[in-house]
Amino acid sequence: MSEASAQSEQPMVSMKRLNKWYGDFHVLRDIDLEVAKGERIVVCGPSGSGKSTLIRCINHLEEHQQGEITVNGITMTQDIKRIEQIRRNVGMVFQHFNLFPHLTVLENCCLSQVWVQKKPRRDAEKSAMEYLERVRIANQAHKYPGQLSGGQQQRVAIARALCMRPEVMLFDEPTSALDPEMIKEVLDVMIELAQEGMTMLCVTHEMGFARTVADRVIFMDEGQIVEEAPPETLFNDPQSPRTQEFLSQILGH
Amino acid sequence: MAATQVRSEMLAPRKAPDRRTGLVGWLRANLFSSPLNSLVTLALAALLVRLIWPFLEWALFNANFLGESREACSSGGACWVYISARFETIIYGFYPPELRWRVNIVFVLLALVIAWLAIPRMPFKKWGALCALIPFPIAAFLLLHGGYFGITTVPTRDWGGLMLTITIALLAMVGSLPLGIMLALGRRSTMPFVRGVCVLFIEFWRGVPLITVLFMASVMLPLFTPSGFDLDKLLRALIGIMLFWSAYMAEAVRSGLQAIPSGQSEAASALGLGYWHRMILVVLPQALKLVIPGIVNTFIVLFMDTSLVLIIGLFDFLAVIRSGLNDPEWLGYAIEGYVFAALVYWIFCSSMSRYSQYIERRLHTGH
Ligand SMILES: Nc1ncnc2c1ncn2[C@@H]1O[C@H](COP(=O)(O)OP(=O)(O)OP(=O)(O)O)[C@@H](O)[C@H]1O
Ligand SMILES: [Mg+2]
Repeated sequence: MSEASAQSEQPMVSMKRLNKWYGDFHVLRDIDLEVAKGERIVVCGPSGSGKSTLIRCINHLEEHQQGEITVNGITMTQDIKRIEQIRRNVGMVFQHFNLFPHLTVLENCCLSQVWVQKKPRRDAEKSAMEYLERVRIANQAHKYPGQLSGGQQQRVAIARALCMRPEVMLFDEPTSALDPEMIKEVLDVMIELAQEGMTMLCVTHEMGFARTVADRVIFMDEGQIVEEAPPETLFNDPQSPRTQEFLSQILGH
Repeated sequence: MAATQVRSEMLAPRKAPDRRTGLVGWLRANLFSSPLNSLVTLALAALLVRLIWPFLEWALFNANFLGESREACSSGGACWVYISARFETIIYGFYPPELRWRVNIVFVLLALVIAWLAIPRMPFKKWGALCALIPFPIAAFLLLHGGYFGITTVPTRDWGGLMLTITIALLAMVGSLPLGIMLALGRRSTMPFVRGVCVLFIEFWRGVPLITVLFMASVMLPLFTPSGFDLDKLLRALIGIMLFWSAYMAEAVRSGLQAIPSGQSEAASALGLGYWHRMILVVLPQALKLVIPGIVNTFIVLFMDTSLVLIIGLFDFLAVIRSGLNDPEWLGYAIEGYVFAALVYWIFCSSMSRYSQYIERRLHTGH
C-alpha cells in the first residue's frame, strides 16, 4: 500500500500556530506541535499554564480561535461531523475518571462501540472484556463505578477509551486524583500501552513515567511551549530559567 | 515516650453483632428509653386515641354503607350511602350506562399496561412501552370516545367522574414530561434562538395561574379560531394543562441537568457520541434519577389540580361528588363526600409517591 507509507510520514497530531482565548485571557499562544505516529509525549508545566486546554483542543472539548489542528489526516473545522470523526480517532482519560455512574463497568466500555461504531452488543462486550482484561479489571466488569477504588476506576476509564481503538490517547493528569498506592497500578497500564506503540499525549508530573516512556517532554508556561526535549535532556540539563525553576520546585523538595 | 506495640497475630474477621432486638427491644429503645420519654409516649398515645376513636366510630362502627336513599342512614354515623348510591356516577359521570363496559375495559387495559411497565420483573419492557405508546392510546380512544368502525360515539361532554380525572391526569403527565424534558434541554442549549424560545415559553406558563389557562382555553380560544374549526372542549383544556405543567416539569428537569458535572458530557463527547446520544444515554438518565422527587411532586400537584376543570364545566371526580351536595335529596352529607374524595386522592397520590421511593432505591448504584 502506497498510502500506508504516506500515512506514516504524516504526523498523527499536528498543531499550527494555535491560539486560544478565554474572553480576553490568552490561554494558548502560537502553539506549534507535531506528534508522529507512535510517539509518546509528556506535557508538564505549572498550574494554569494551559496544559489541559492544549490537549482538550485536540478533540475539540475546547474550541480554538486561530490556527490549525490536524488529527490523523483530518483537519478540524466547525463541522460537527468532522469533529466527531476526529473524536473517534482520539481516546481521552480525565483526571477525575468521568465514568458514567449509572452504567456498569462493562456498559461504560460498550457505550461508544454500540452507539458510535454500531457494533452488535455481543461483539462490543467481547472486545470490552478483552480491554478490561488488559487493564486487569475484568473481574469487576459487572460492578458500578461507584463500587470501585480510584485506581480501578481510572483503569476502567483507560479501557473505555481504548475500546474505540483510537489512534491517539490523551491523558490529562490521570494520576493526580489518586492516592499514592494506586498511582502505580495506573502508570503500569499506561507504560504497557506506550510499549505497544500507542501514540500518547500525556499531561503529568510523574517524572518517573516521563523518563520511562516519553520520547519528548514539553514544558509549558503562560500558554506557550517553553522547552521541548527528550526527558533526560530536559530533566538533567534544562535550558530555560523557567524550566529550571519549575523542575527545582517539583523535584527539589 | 510512647511504648512500642507489635501485634503478633492478626485478627480474623468476626460477624457483625445481631441488631434484631424484637418488639420489646424496639419499644424500649424508641418509645420508653427514659422516664420522661415514657411519659411523653403515653400522653401522646392517649391523645391519639381520644382523637382517632370518635372518628373511627363515626366513619366505621356507626356508619351506614348500603342503601338506596337517605332513609338508609339511621344510625347517626357516617352516611356512606351518599357515596355508594351514587357510586356509578362518581366513577363514570354521565357516560351512558349501557356503554360503561367500554370504560371498564379501558381501566383493565390501563392497569395491565401500568403493571407491565411498573413492575421491574415483568419481561419485554420495550414491547410494553411500545404498547403503552401506540396501541393502548388508540384502543382507549376508540373505546371511550368511539365514532369509528361503527362504535357509538360518546361525546366528551358526557364524560365525567373518576374516569375523567384519570384521563386528564394521565394524558397531562404523559404529555408534559417529554415536553418538559425538551424544554429543559432547550433552555440549556448553546443556540441562542432555541434557548430564548424555551425561556420565553417556560416563563410565560409559569407566570399565569392554571385557572386562567383553563378559562382562556375554554372561553377565549374559540373566539379567535376560525368558525368551523371547532376543537373539543376537553381537548382544549388538556392542551392547556399539558403546556402549563410542562413548564414546571422543565424546571424540575433542569435542576437535575445542572447537577450533572460537565465531565460526564465531556467524557461522552470524547467517546464520539453526538448531542442526542450524550443526552439520552448519559446525561438524562442521571439527571432524571436525581429529580424523581421533583417530578413526582409535580405529578401529584397536577393530579389534584385536575379538579380545577370544574370551572369550565367539566365534571371530574370532585365535581361529581360536590354536585350531589346541592341535590335536595342528599342535603347535609358534605363531610362524607369530602372525606371520600380526600381518601381517593390520597390513595392515588401516596401510591405515586411510594412507587417513586421504590424506584429511587432501585436505581441507586452506590456513589
Ligand atoms: N472555562 C474557562 N473560562 C475561563 N478561564 C479558564 C477556563 N478554563 C481554564 N481557564 C483558565 O485558563 C488557564 C489554563 O487552564 P488549564 O486548565 O489549561 O491549566 P492547566 O495547565 O491544565 O493547569 P492545572 O495543572 O491546574 O490543571 C487557567 O489560568 C485557567 O484559569
Ligand atoms: Mg489541567
